[in-house]
Amino acid sequence: MDNEVKKEIKVEKVKDRTSATTEIVVPGDIIKESMEILPGTGTFREGKNIISKVLGIAKTDGRVISVTPLNGVYSPQKWDYVIGEITSINFSNWSVDISGPYEATLPIAEVKGYIERDADLSKHYAIGELIFAKVVDVSKTKYITLTMKDMKARKISGGFVVELTPSKVPRLIGKAGSMITMIKQRTNCFLSVGQNGRVWLKGDHEDIACKAIKMLEEHSHTPGLTDKISEMLDKELKKGK
Amino acid sequence: MTKSERADNRKLDEIRPMKMKVGVIKRADGSAEVEFGDTKVVAAVYGPRQIHPRHQERPDRSVLRCRYNMLPFSVSDRKRPGYDRRSTELGKVITESLQPALFLEEFPKTAIDIDMEITQADAGTRAAAINAASLALAHAGIPMRDLVTSVAAGRANKKLLLDMTKEEEDAPDAIDLPMAMMPRTGKVTLLQMDGIVSPEDIEKIVDLAEIGCMKIYEAQKKALHEKYRS
Repeated sequence: MDNEVKKEIKVEKVKDRTSATTEIVVPGDIIKESMEILPGTGTFREGKNIISKVLGIAKTDGRVISVTPLNGVYSPQKWDYVIGEITSINFSNWSVDISGPYEATLPIAEVKGYIERDADLSKHYAIGELIFAKVVDVSKTKYITLTMKDMKARKISGGFVVELTPSKVPRLIGKAGSMITMIKQRTNCFLSVGQNGRVWLKGDHEDIACKAIKMLEEHSHTPGLTDKISEMLDKELKKGK
Repeated sequence: MTKSERADNRKLDEIRPMKMKVGVIKRADGSAEVEFGDTKVVAAVYGPRQIHPRHQERPDRSVLRCRYNMLPFSVSDRKRPGYDRRSTELGKVITESLQPALFLEEFPKTAIDIDMEITQADAGTRAAAINAASLALAHAGIPMRDLVTSVAAGRANKKLLLDMTKEEEDAPDAIDLPMAMMPRTGKVTLLQMDGIVSPEDIEKIVDLAEIGCMKIYEAQKKALHEKYRS
């Protein structure tokens, strides 16, 4: 008996992995009726059913069903890297716009080096400057604290920043960074992606890299996206020569 | 049901030809355009975003704010532009009909704003506005328990009708009953009516509206899928 049950579970798992995972669901859609499977992000359980919360793409990963939204605002998570813009300077901190409903704070204690008493804070970060920072804390009341005391954190200078829907950031990076390394290598650009959907571009073919991101934004739900973008990059790079 | 029962050759339980389109306003976070015959609505969703004025802020959830507005040229006699008693009331009832479908507690201290503009009115504008707002909310990526669908049913010239036109609504014995519901669970989120009807008729009218809502639900789903067809 036990053996039979185990076999059945195995077969199901294989099926889930091979099936094309580009099914678009709308809010209220019943994705699956099962107590064996757990509701992941973008879903909720009601009785036996797992139901989609958002308009997005349903994915099954082992025992968990989740929906990646096609649109929506950035909700900050601890340890996220974000690209923010300094919006105001206060007594002991900077206010940073990280796109999305909540404003973040960068306290002077989270800046590298020592800041003198009565120092002019705008000498460190002036209003309008962009920073690549790490989220260290998200409180229950959505008070967000950033830090610059991190290997990757830095001030952004040169190049330019484009915006992407935050939920599409994982697609831009691709499996094990396949998509982003492709864009980086082909366009000879330096790309830095914040989880809040802002991408910093700097390098030879910034315009083409930007075009690739715009294309990803529009076609993120279609299959074979890497090939399409690769094709587009080839075409654009030939034009440039 | 014979053909001559309604002026536009519809069956008693038939909705006017529907048109739904998602993503019509570039600057909004989510948007939709809905047409029911000659009734046309455009809805735009902004947010979740920082709330202004700040005193409206709630520490535990997002605040849903709906603005219903009729454009001056939407009706036959020019409507004086701006807020009035009717638009304020409709903004309120639409807010209350959409609220149960949203996971507002996921975005504390924020506001979700919905603007609905009636560009052409031929009865059933609040129902059309709710349908458009619901599509725009889904398009904006806001977490929802279900889509909200809405339709008006009623009585005119002793006949029980679904989705009446202005012409039918002007009958001497006319009763108009707008209803909104979440189709998956069948929960009703809006039910309005004034006038005098028998309890038996009310039941029949609500049943009619329910049939209508289910048909609209299918159209709404189709419109959302259409936007993201590969």
